[in-house]
Amino acid sequence: MRWFNHGIIEKNLILMGVLTLITVSIGGLAQIVPLFTVESTIERVEGVRPYTPLELAGRNIYVREGCYLCHSQMVRPFRDELERYGAYSLAAESIYDHPFQWGSKRTGPDLARVGGRYSDDWHAAHLRSPRAVVPESVMPPYAFLDRPLNASDIASHLRAQVAVGVPYTAEMIANARADLEAQARPEADGAAFAARYPRARQGSFDGNPAVVTEMDALVAYLQMLGTLVRFSDVTPDQVRQQ
Amino acid sequence: MPTKIEKDSLTGKDTTGHEWDGLRELNTPLPKWWLYTFYACILFAAVYVVVYPAFPFQGATGMTGWIAREAVVDDVRNAQARMAPMMQRLREATPQQIAQDAELRGFAIAGGRIAFANNCAGCHGAGGQGAVGGFPSLVDDDWIWGGQHDAIHTTITHGVRAGESDAERTSMMPRFLADGVLTLPQVNDTAEYVLSLSDRSTDAAAAQRGANLFAENCAACHGERGEGNRDVGAPLLSDRIWLYGGDKASIVRSISYSRAGVMPAWGGRLNPAVINMLTVYVHALGGGEN
Repeated sequence: MRWFNHGIIEKNLILMGVLTLITVSIGGLAQIVPLFTVESTIERVEGVRPYTPLELAGRNIYVREGCYLCHSQMVRPFRDELERYGAYSLAAESIYDHPFQWGSKRTGPDLARVGGRYSDDWHAAHLRSPRAVVPESVMPPYAFLDRPLNASDIASHLRAQVAVGVPYTAEMIANARADLEAQARPEADGAAFAARYPRARQGSFDGNPAVVTEMDALVAYLQMLGTLVRFSDVTPDQVRQQ
Repeated sequence: MPTKIEKDSLTGKDTTGHEWDGLRELNTPLPKWWLYTFYACILFAAVYVVVYPAFPFQGATGMTGWIAREAVVDDVRNAQARMAPMMQRLREATPQQIAQDAELRGFAIAGGRIAFANNCAGCHGAGGQGAVGGFPSLVDDDWIWGGQHDAIHTTITHGVRAGESDAERTSMMPRFLADGVLTLPQVNDTAEYVLSLSDRSTDAAAAQRGANLFAENCAACHGERGEGNRDVGAPLLSDRIWLYGGDKASIVRSISYSRAGVMPAWGGRLNPAVINMLTVYVHALGGGEN
């Protein structure tokens, strides 16, 4: 093409820089500008709350062990996914996730709605030895999670979440350790805990109420996944971007 | 840099015209098919951003107003409309009626198989074979809560100890050692007696001592001879099928600390027609009772 000579751009550093900037800007604007035309990308549904201290500890273990490498947490809006997993994931459900765990790889099933689907016993048995309950599974065993949970710094984890925008109150941070213990011990008085974290379940998640283990934390986290929003109450209007 | 396009004598192709320290390079342009495909893609992208949501005007919906979340709602609604006549019949019939109607039964088994694979196989196994550690087999006739259609239907709907406020299937076995009802030697004797119910006791004297303890503490739910009671989910103890293991250590642990397996309630998750299909499917796995 005689009318256009690459040589002019390639031999002029300033011109090349300016043209690169323009090209990259178009890509960036295409992603950013549409967001200014909607009021909020977060749906106005009710029920989503910050993680309880035990769930947060479990979530940290989920991230530490790299569960996201094989499990997504994102039910996409396709009929086959709705039939298998339930309602498609809402942005509002990840609002307190830092970082979010949507993932993109499904060696195992999606976990966005795994909460309540199995019993605590099943989760503990399955994490200890996946093939004991699902012979065809290729998941590695996580039996070492039966060790005591290091909960001494749980309040700091809550404070770190506050720094990135999660609305933990001073009361929640002050009681973080107590709430963690209360949730993992079914006999404990959970009234104050339940008031701070609505719809959180107390339980002996790993079958041994005497020690709070990493297994307790991870199972507590898995059992709440996808259970906070009551989808029978959600109207189409609530999930439409405005 | 002097630009001089020459013909390479060896290959007969043009050079690029560049020269670096005496090195010249053949000009090998992109294949035509690749180039035109590339242009076609650019053209496609231009059309695509206009038709589908991309440009931020009019709510960024594009010309077609296509929204993924509304598309899937339509998709589901269409599928439900196609299935509606059959699903209505499956919802309105009782599981017994479905099992007796060849057409309904065929649909229920086919649909139940899929629903079972998605919802039940994790605990009960792909073929309903169960797993050691509290996940009962559904292919035998050793039922804990009953193997008739109605009983299976109730179990699926309400689960077992699922935390529902007004549900059935919530009975709890006492923790005989942990709560101080029995001492460890008494637990041992009771376990020997339980083993003797399936002719496996190795300590006749202990089993003898355990008989009274069993009658006082266990027989109310498990029956005088360990025949079980499905009304309270007390398993049969005189056979060789064990939910938590039938070796002595497992039995001692069961007596000492109790067992309280949990099954989720599916009434709120699955629609009534699917629960009916699952009932018929599970009943037909091999152990269904009439």
